[in-house]
Formats: sequence, structure tokens, C-alpha cells
Amino acid sequence: MATKQLSWLIPAIVLSGNASANADEMRLNMTKGVTDISASVYNLHMIIFYICCVIGIVVFGIMFWSIIHHRKSKGAKPANFHESTKVEILWTAIPFVILIAMAFPATKTLIEMEDTTDADLTVQVTGSQWKWHYKYFEHDLDYYSLLATPQSEIKNKIAKSANYLLEVDRPLVIPTGQKVRFLITSDDVIHSWWVPEFAIKKDANPGFINEAWTRVNEPGIYRGQCAELCGKDHGFMPIVVIAKEPAEFDKWMAEKVEIAKKFKEEEQKLLAMNMPMEELMALGEKVYNANCAACHQQNGQGIPGVFPGLKDSAIALGDVKEHIDIVVNGKAGTAMQAFGKQLALKDLAAIVTYERNAWGNNTGDVVQAAAINEFLVDK
Amino acid sequence: MSTKNLNADNHVEEHHGAPSGIMRWLLTTNHKDIGSLYLLFSLLMFFIGGAMAMVIRAELFQPGLQIVEPDFFNQMTTVHGLIMVFGAVMPAFVGLANWMVPMMIGAPDMALPRMNNWSFWILPFAFLILLMSLFMEGGGPNFGWTFYAPLSTTYSNDSTALFVFSVHIMGISSIMGAINVIVTIFNLRAPGMTFMKMPLFVWTWLITAFLLIAVMPVLAGAVTMVLTDKYFATSFFNAAGGGDPVMFQHIFWFFGHPEVYIMILPAFGIISQIVPTFSRKKLFGYSSMVYATASIALLSFLVWAHHMFTTGMPLAGELFFMYCTMLISVPTGVKIFNWVATMWRGSLTFEVPMMFSIAFIVLFTIGGFSGLMLAITPADFQYHDTYFVVAHFHYVLVTGAIFSIMAGAYYWLPKWTGNMFDEKLAKTHFWLSLVSVNVLFFPMHFVGLAGMPRRIPDYALQFADFNAVISIGGFAFGLSQLLFVAVVYKCIKGGEKATAQVWEGAEGLEWEVPSPAPYHTFETPPTIK
Repeated sequence: MATKQLSWLIPAIVLSGNASANADEMRLNMTKGVTDISASVYNLHMIIFYICCVIGIVVFGIMFWSIIHHRKSKGAKPANFHESTKVEILWTAIPFVILIAMAFPATKTLIEMEDTTDADLTVQVTGSQWKWHYKYFEHDLDYYSLLATPQSEIKNKIAKSANYLLEVDRPLVIPTGQKVRFLITSDDVIHSWWVPEFAIKKDANPGFINEAWTRVNEPGIYRGQCAELCGKDHGFMPIVVIAKEPAEFDKWMAEKVEIAKKFKEEEQKLLAMNMPMEELMALGEKVYNANCAACHQQNGQGIPGVFPGLKDSAIALGDVKEHIDIVVNGKAGTAMQAFGKQLALKDLAAIVTYERNAWGNNTGDVVQAAAINEFLVDK
Repeated sequence: MSTKNLNADNHVEEHHGAPSGIMRWLLTTNHKDIGSLYLLFSLLMFFIGGAMAMVIRAELFQPGLQIVEPDFFNQMTTVHGLIMVFGAVMPAFVGLANWMVPMMIGAPDMALPRMNNWSFWILPFAFLILLMSLFMEGGGPNFGWTFYAPLSTTYSNDSTALFVFSVHIMGISSIMGAINVIVTIFNLRAPGMTFMKMPLFVWTWLITAFLLIAVMPVLAGAVTMVLTDKYFATSFFNAAGGGDPVMFQHIFWFFGHPEVYIMILPAFGIISQIVPTFSRKKLFGYSSMVYATASIALLSFLVWAHHMFTTGMPLAGELFFMYCTMLISVPTGVKIFNWVATMWRGSLTFEVPMMFSIAFIVLFTIGGFSGLMLAITPADFQYHDTYFVVAHFHYVLVTGAIFSIMAGAYYWLPKWTGNMFDEKLAKTHFWLSLVSVNVLFFPMHFVGLAGMPRRIPDYALQFADFNAVISIGGFAFGLSQLLFVAVVYKCIKGGEKATAQVWEGAEGLEWEVPSPAPYHTFETPPTIK
């Protein structure tokens, strides 16, 4: 169905057919992707590219003919002409006609891309500094998706893995062959959700919801990145989407929903238990480094003038309740997010305990899951 | 007193009791002095902005973080963009306008000489403020030169106020410069210099000046709203307070797209002066060139949202902006065709200004092609915010605007200094620039299409090889520009004396005055044939 659009330009058909055959051997060109839409987009890209090539060859050809043959050193005498309304009209009209011919297939594809009706599955995609959150509307499941590449690879301490910067802890999973609608928004600054193989790039605007859709033809793992500058770690918030056969997708979904349910039950049990300090500190360090260190830094000193430090800070050494409140509910008007909805009770308790006792902040305070839960229930 | 004035060619002007030394430059109201100040300032900014580009390319030479932290990387991309747009390209064109417009229309000076002095001398302070903000705690602006809200408001660092003030000063300077150009062209043309006899450089600058007056206040509005959103709790761009972050982008690009043409229309003018000279043939289709420039300027107000196809516009909006953007390539094409027709059956020679002009025509056209590709909305979804876009706008701004400025500088340098430049050195500069600029920017098309986003300090491994090549091209291009400084310096110091006409095929009033152009030209209006 993608080739239908090629009928607009006969010479381009032959050429783009050749080019697409070796498109994925070297990463020089746009991907053809794995959806009908992405294939149409690829074809539009190739048609306009070949139009440009033809115009370029003609125009530069004439120019270089002139450069070679009409040079003074070859005795060329300047001609006298300097005006021709006919020629001007001609070279206004011809590009105009080419553009109109180009506008037809582009319009057709665009209309298809913007038709988000009759979706089989809806996923809300929410960007925040610097992670993605996915929420399935038809299922009781939502989770955050974070960069999985370790800092030691980024800092060149160990060798980089094959999917360096393009790997996440929990990928988005969608079924193949079904129309999946994405509702895209943001919690803080503008992000942009881009998966090249689906030809989807849609901005995540805070306070507004954008729509996009895809119908993936082949199962596989598809990788993308945030495409709108969103602050310090803009380069470190990749997107990974796994497309599974519908039956496998249903199996995966059932498993995940079950795990999420069990997890919530565990959390309730946890409220009655007390975790020892050492365990909280060990867990806290791990969770802190994964979620907090991007801004407040591993050494707790922050980045002066940008992100406040926690070492010797009024909040980490002051009232425990205020400390918990800011971690759970965030701080409005700043980059400090509400982590209450992002992390487990146990993790939150561990973070607060860690922040109050690491880097010489020796308050001795031990914060338990129950204390965190009060703040979640409150709001 | 009167005896001193007898010699019209007298280079040192004394009858106003002009001060010497630094005060001469601080107090000057002479269009040639101010033109030189603008040009030297923009050259300095070109190197400062270039140094930041070198930091960016050094970090991107290999995957992983080696040299700078991501936050500083963002400051570099931001300030590099701001400096190159507002500090290098725009002042260079204003400098050329100051020098050449009065001489081309037979005027004794710019119409508003004191304002001219003021519009230059506030610029260094604007950039001083901007550059100093880099040394603040928390660093300088780090939200990209497009400063999208709310990254530039709620989430920006403390230097944002300095950024806003510095942009305000740049805007005031540009508006004053534009008023001066318009008033000069409307009122000070020599008798007989009708509008349709004006050289194209004058025409393109006239239209550019109107664009500047139309859009710089819009930019001032945008930065002011950023300022009040950040510091005075307004909610222009804050959805939580009833505002809209996408509205920022509409306002910004309503300035930003005409701004693109502000940076390229004078370039068209320069090329339209140089190509006929070295073809020894009149410019083909003079009047169609004027109309094409005017239609590009008008269309430039109708295409701003093609920078925003991914923001979630309604389908009708996307279609409108796609069609208008495709349309703009028609008058741009007309210009290219006219230049080629001017060269056709001419008697061509290839002095350095002509070499830069030919490179301009070819490489700017490549930038135009990628622009046409970007106009196709569905494809733009894939190109947007990738290195493909970075390649596109560097082809139109570096091999477009900057190459035209180089061409213009080499073209008029003998007129300014009275000396011919070192041609061998200048040709070396040209060839090194031509090769390195393509090594630098051409592979960006490939990494962009392969999926590398722009404005990232680190990237996935499949982009590594091309990024190394790009960085090497970048360093080579940066170093090559030192040769330009050497050529200019040598040319000011001395060299073979230039004739009044300088170039065999040159025509126009500026070639009828001696070289170097006397401090005051056309104190009595020339006769226009």
C-alpha cells in the first residue's frame, strides 16, 4: 500500500526501489520502520529527496557547464541578455507544478497519521525530567521507564554495551497488529516521544494532551529517544518499545497486573513492620543513586545554583515530616518531582533514611514505610 | 580651515575636530567607522561562538562524557547559537550595510549618524552581559537559543534575567540599525537613483530592515513574558495558571522564521553584486530578483509553525503551514536560477569573492533542498530535532550567510583598505573552508536520518564514526578561519595598491570613488546615468 503513493512520480519509483533494498546495511538513511505509516513516510522522504537530486543535477549541471566553457581565460565574450519574462514565468511555474504534485501524497499520509479514532488499546505516555511513565487505560497497570545504562559506562569506566543509552529498565510493551493510541503529556518541561520505527514524534506538553497512534506489523524491540531539549539529562531518557504477538501480549499483561497487585498487598503488610537501619541505608543508597543523584549528585552536594545539595542541608537535618513531604509530594515551581507516585513505600522510606544519615548527615533518624504512608494518605 | 577641506580625498578628517585614539571610535558618527566596528565586532564574536562549537565537537568526538558535564554542554549549545545569530551574522550584515549602502546610493552618510553610533556601542554590553552569565553560580542560559518555556522559566537557572536583558539590548540595537537603513534609503538616494535602479544589496537590506522592525519587538515580547513568568509569577506559558507553553513557540517562531530571512536576504544581495561583476554581464532578471525578495519576506510571516509540526497542531494547521513552506521555495528557486542565468554565457573569472559566491550558490541550494524536505510534514516528524535539522540550518547559515559575508568582505576589502589582499592566502582560506565545512556538516545529514537527536552531549554507539569525522571537520573549519584574520590583517597593513574599480567587471557608485574610500564620500550627490 505504500507503493501506491509512488505513482505520483514515475522516475522516483525506480530509484527509490533500489535505494530501499540496501537501506539498513549502513545507517545513512531514514528507517523504513515497521508500520504502514512509517513506510509511507519513508517513501515521501525518498521521493522528495530524488526530486531535489534531479533539480540539483540540472541546475548545478548548467552552472558548471558555464564555469567550464564560459570563462574569460578561454576567450569567452560576455553576452548581452539580462532579462526574459518568459523564462522567469517558466521557472516559477515548473517548481510550482512539482510542488503541487508532491503535496498530494504528503497530504494523504498526514491525514492518515492524524486519525487516532477506533483504537484497540490506549497508553498514556507522560514525560518528566528524565524518565517516561506509561499507563495502560484498559488494564490496571502503570510504571516508570528509566535509562538502564550504568553511570560507569557513561563515564567511560567500563566498556559500553551494544545498546548504550538506548536501554531502559522497564520497556513499554504493546501488541502487534492492533491500533495502539498514545496520549502524550508531561509533568514538567516539554519532552518529545520519538520512536523512529513507528514514525511517531510527538511533543509531551505540560498541561496538554497530544495524540498519536501506531499499528506495528512485526514483533520486535524498537528504540527511540526524547527529541526535545528538556534540561540536563535530555540525552539520557531513551524509549524502548517491545511489540509482542497479541496472545503473548495478553499473557505478559496478565502477569504484570498480577505482580502489581501482589506488590500492593506486600506494601500494606510492610506498614506494620520495621526495617533495620542497615537495610534501609543499603536500599536507600541504591534507590537514591537511581532516582535522586541525577540532580542532587551521588555525593549529596547538588550542583550549586542549579540543584540544591542535601549534605548539611536544612531539609535533610531539619524536621523529618517536612523532609518526607518534599520527597513524596515534590516542590511546586521547581524541578523537584513528587516521588510518592513513582516509588514503593519501602524505597521512599529508604531514601529519606539515607539522606538523613549519609555524607555526614548523622541525624540517626530511621524512617519507616508507615511514616511515608501517612503522607500518601493525606494528599 | 577651508584649505584643509580642499582635498576631498583627505583620509584623516579634521574639520569636526575629531578626537583621536579610542575616543575616535567611541564617538564616531561616520558610517565607515561604524561599519568597521560592526565588522570587527562580529569577527570577534564569530571566534567566541566558534570556540564554543569546538567545545561541543570535542565532547561529541567520542561516545561517553569526557570533557564537559551535560549542563555545561547545554550552555555551550545555547550561547553558541545566540552568539552566532545575534553576535556574528547579524552585526556583520549591519556592518556591510553601514559601509556600502550610503556609497551605493550616493549618500554622504547614514541618515541618523548619532543613533548609528548608539546602535553599535550598546552591542558589546549586550554580549558582555550574556558571556558573563556563564560565570555565575549555576551557569549561563542552558535552554537552547530557542529558550522554550517552561524550561526557560520555571526550570531555568538564575542567569535567565541576564539573558533576557542581553536579548533586549540586542533587539534595541537591531531596531535602531534597521530604522537607520530605511530612513537612509528612503531619503538620501542621489538624484536619479530611483528604487528600481538601486543595487540589489540595497534592495535586500531595505526589505530586511522592514523584517527586523516587524519581528524584533515580538522577540522582545517573548523574552519579557519569560522574565515575568519566571520572576513575577505570571502564567503566560504555565498551563497550571491557565497559560500555554506552546504559545511560547508560536510567539518565538513568529519572530524566528522572519529572523531566518533576516540572516539570508542580505546574503542574496551580496551574491547578486558579486556574480555579475565576475561574469562581466548584467544581473539576469533584476526586477524578478526584487519581487522574489519581497515575496520571500512576505511569505516568511506565514510559515513560522513549520518549526512546530510535532507540538500537536490541528491537521488544518499542519496542512496550511506545509503548503506555505513549500511555496517559499519557488521565489528562492527563482533567485538561484537568475544567478545561474547571469553566469551563463558570461566571461567568467574566479577571484576569491567569486569562489565564495559559487560555493554559496551550490551549498546554500543544498540547504534549500533539505529545507524543502523538512517542509513535508510527515517526513518532518522523522527529521525534526535531529542532526538532519542541524545540517540543514548550518548549510544555510554557515555556507549560506557566513560564506556570503566572506565573499562580501573579500569583494570590498580593497575598497575599504586601498590594498589588494594576499590572494594566495585567501585562496588557501577558501579551499580549506570549503572542504572542511562539508566534512563538518554533510555527515550530519546521515546521523540525523539514522536517528541522532540534536542537543545531546552523548549518543548511542552507531553514531560514533560519523561524529568523529564531523568533529575533525569542525576543528579544521575552525582553524581555517584564522587564515581569514591573517588575510584581513595583512590587507590593512599594506599590499598592492587597489584601483578605484578594483575588479575589472565591477559597476556601481562604490567603484567610482577612490580606494581606499575617502572618509567622506558623496558630499555632493553624484550624477546617476
